[in-house]
Amino acid sequence: METIIYDVVVIGGGPAGMAAAQKAASDPSLRVLIIERDHYLGGILNQCIHPGFGLKIFNETLTGPEYAERFIQFVHEAKVDCLLDTMVLAINSNNALTAINSDEGRMTIKFGALILAMGCRERSRGSVIIPGTRPSGVFTAGTAQFYVNIKGDKIGERVFVLGSGDIGLIMARRMTLEGAKVLGVAEIMPHSSGLTRNVVQCLEDFDIPLYLSHTVVAIRGTKRLEGVTLAKVDSAYRPIVGTEREIDCDTLLLSVGLIPENELTRVAGIEMCDKTKGPIIDNRMQTQRSGIFACGNVAQVHDLVDYVTEESQIAGYNAALFAKGKTKSTVAGIVVTVTPDFSMVSPQRLSFIGCDGTQLDSANIMLRVSHPAKSGVVVISAEANRLVTKRYNHLTPGESIHLALPLERIPATCQAIQIRLEVSI
Amino acid sequence: MFDWTIIGAGVSGSLIAHALAKYELKLLILEAESDVACGATKANSALIHAGYDAPFDSLRGKLNVRGNALYGPLSESLHFAFDRIGSLVLGEGDDDFKAIERLYENGVKLGVPGLRIIDQATLQKLEPNINTAFEFALYAPSAGITEPWEVAIAACEYAIDNGTKLMLNYPVADIAVNEGHFLINSEIETRGIINCTGIKADSIYQLVKGDTAIDFKIIQRRGEYFLLDKEARGIVNQILFTCPSSKGKGSIIAPTAHGNIIIGPNSEVVTKEATSTTFEGLHEVKTKVLNMVPSCPLHMNIANFSGIRAEPSTGDFIIEETDIPRFINVAGIKSPGLSAAPAIAETVLAIVKDIHLRAINDLKPKTDTINKRRPRIHLIHQTEAVQAQLIAQNPTFGHIICRCEQITEGEIIDAIHRNCGATTINGVKRRVRPGGGRCQGGFCAPKVLEILARETNRPRDEIEQEKKGSWLVKSKKSF
Repeated sequence: METIIYDVVVIGGGPAGMAAAQKAASDPSLRVLIIERDHYLGGILNQCIHPGFGLKIFNETLTGPEYAERFIQFVHEAKVDCLLDTMVLAINSNNALTAINSDEGRMTIKFGALILAMGCRERSRGSVIIPGTRPSGVFTAGTAQFYVNIKGDKIGERVFVLGSGDIGLIMARRMTLEGAKVLGVAEIMPHSSGLTRNVVQCLEDFDIPLYLSHTVVAIRGTKRLEGVTLAKVDSAYRPIVGTEREIDCDTLLLSVGLIPENELTRVAGIEMCDKTKGPIIDNRMQTQRSGIFACGNVAQVHDLVDYVTEESQIAGYNAALFAKGKTKSTVAGIVVTVTPDFSMVSPQRLSFIGCDGTQLDSANIMLRVSHPAKSGVVVISAEANRLVTKRYNHLTPGESIHLALPLERIPATCQAIQIRLEVSI
Repeated sequence: MFDWTIIGAGVSGSLIAHALAKYELKLLILEAESDVACGATKANSALIHAGYDAPFDSLRGKLNVRGNALYGPLSESLHFAFDRIGSLVLGEGDDDFKAIERLYENGVKLGVPGLRIIDQATLQKLEPNINTAFEFALYAPSAGITEPWEVAIAACEYAIDNGTKLMLNYPVADIAVNEGHFLINSEIETRGIINCTGIKADSIYQLVKGDTAIDFKIIQRRGEYFLLDKEARGIVNQILFTCPSSKGKGSIIAPTAHGNIIIGPNSEVVTKEATSTTFEGLHEVKTKVLNMVPSCPLHMNIANFSGIRAEPSTGDFIIEETDIPRFINVAGIKSPGLSAAPAIAETVLAIVKDIHLRAINDLKPKTDTINKRRPRIHLIHQTEAVQAQLIAQNPTFGHIICRCEQITEGEIIDAIHRNCGATTINGVKRRVRPGGGRCQGGFCAPKVLEILARETNRPRDEIEQEKKGSWLVKSKKSF
């Protein structure tokens, strides 16, 4: 079995992996490798042919493939090596991983630092438990997007969408443009879980109805899908008897959430976060395992790819420092917690010290609210000290909040940081 | 002219074909669906019951115990998954204890090996996650788990390897009873018919009986299930049943042969929209399992399904030659049909032998049977040396298609090109499991579609999920 040695190894060649690899390889003395399971770089960006990517990073709006193409150029210019069609099977304990592909068979790859950038996957019908038959024509929105945008297939004529996640909203518009009739989008919550701009541009602009507090309670058809039953739900998300209505459709798209894909992380025994479903990470994007970093949707599901790029650059920067051995960076100890008003926070740990041993001055904090709020004040505090207070308008679970936390304001003895939302009435 | 035509390629029909294929017979299997094992065989609890449950004087009881014993050698010869993990019927209170004693006595009469009643301490040690209210259990070490469709696929593969013909997507609508033979759908001549059509057994029998009333009816009894992610592994170690006396019929939670957890079924007589799941049914299953295992991680659900059991109006299996000579019914194969299936095949073989002795000619064993049925290749479970060798010989074994179950392209190609190979997305899933994992095919289904189209030389839009008509994609011009 062949053994390959790199300074920094990145698992995943999507937006996170590419940005991290590019950043790590900006030090020309380091050898950087991306391992990608598909036969091209870019990940899911390749099938996101709609615009709206890159406003923060490039100050212009790009399509997914355009955004991906820029980073593919960057990683090639940075002389990052890529192993395509290659699957990582396991992260071993001795700074090595096992991977497999058709050309080399099984191989061992040793790394100085490792960056996890495996992305996420879609929740399926099973995870939301929709009763009924099991015909064809029930797709997760991303799978449908692959068929339509990558393979050029037509997947149905009369489409209903369950879940108002961004991919569902984008696909409602996409299917309309492909000539299908999109009959509506149902969302079990009383608010959309996608970006406001997607609700406006993908549904409202095309007169596609959004049924809030509704869900699909039955699926009909034994061969191809013949229809679904839509029902209103009560405040505990239970279907209300008597509100059912039949919708005849041949296609049901599911956009019911994304789950960070952490099989490798879990098997490696890296400590996980309940809320993000990703590994616990610190402000250097290091996991609780020294020398293993995580970024992008494997760490937590993002709303915009630009944020993925930003945090992945931090991961790449720190992984490079670690690989150069400037310091054996310790695992961060300050715990960041949020009140139930927030569904998640990232990072969950803070370190004052960077991977090169220098003092860090600021940490980026990402938050998502659990419920919409017209306005609210995010308060970050250490025990009784308010470190940051910032007011926001139109808070919604579909859009993440990003703010900088000046680390020098945290008392040196501090063990925990609390974040809460003060909602003004 | 075929000697025998088996209608229905469920686990009974397939194992009958496997048994008959060892003799000098021209055999045909007709299957209405796009794959074998598409009725009750693909949707049941996947258990090989020990056999204490059905009455000792019933055919079900006898064939269950015999079938269970046959699974060991059969799984070794046909290379399908089978593991005797044992089962426990959980009980509390006097009524349950009486019921468990009755089961024990019934099982002893039937010759179920190793049966014994265990106390609470032993029970808690075996199954630490169960409800602490349970005080005792009936322990049956011979109970096992298998992959039911794999049993049928393996048996059909063997039969085809030995000259049997299989016709898929071939529903039987008409059977003419002629002198000395039958004519099926006005085109297939056969000297004998074995009716293994599950829920359709009464209507197929009616085809040969014309206007004469038949002496049984098949009742469709539906059971709904949850299937949990492999992460739930270990929540139970054996097959757990609720005691049949407490609150209706028993329900189970058990590991599957592939390391998932299966939970179900409820029990409901149905007429139409048969294989759907319902809010009420799933709720019932959920309530029962949480009573058995309070910490059961139902949030790890990856799929729900329902299966139909073909319940005979007579109460027992119907395995006999009818008054129409050489028309054999294998009907009303409700639970424990899967467990009994190898013994059902044995019984049918005896009937066939008898008929041949009586009416045709002696049944001669073939001298040249071959068993080339190989175990399915799962690259990731092989040793490193074997992996290296497989990939060197065939690089598609290095290309992982299903990331959840780590299934390679080579394994999928193998599943397509064997006899009784996969022709649909679900057919591939049943044989080698891409799509059987936690993403349920989100990433791999489009790739499996691609491989099926390429390997079977069909356009993409002809690849179906399961039944004829279950299309997935259309090319734009054909829409």
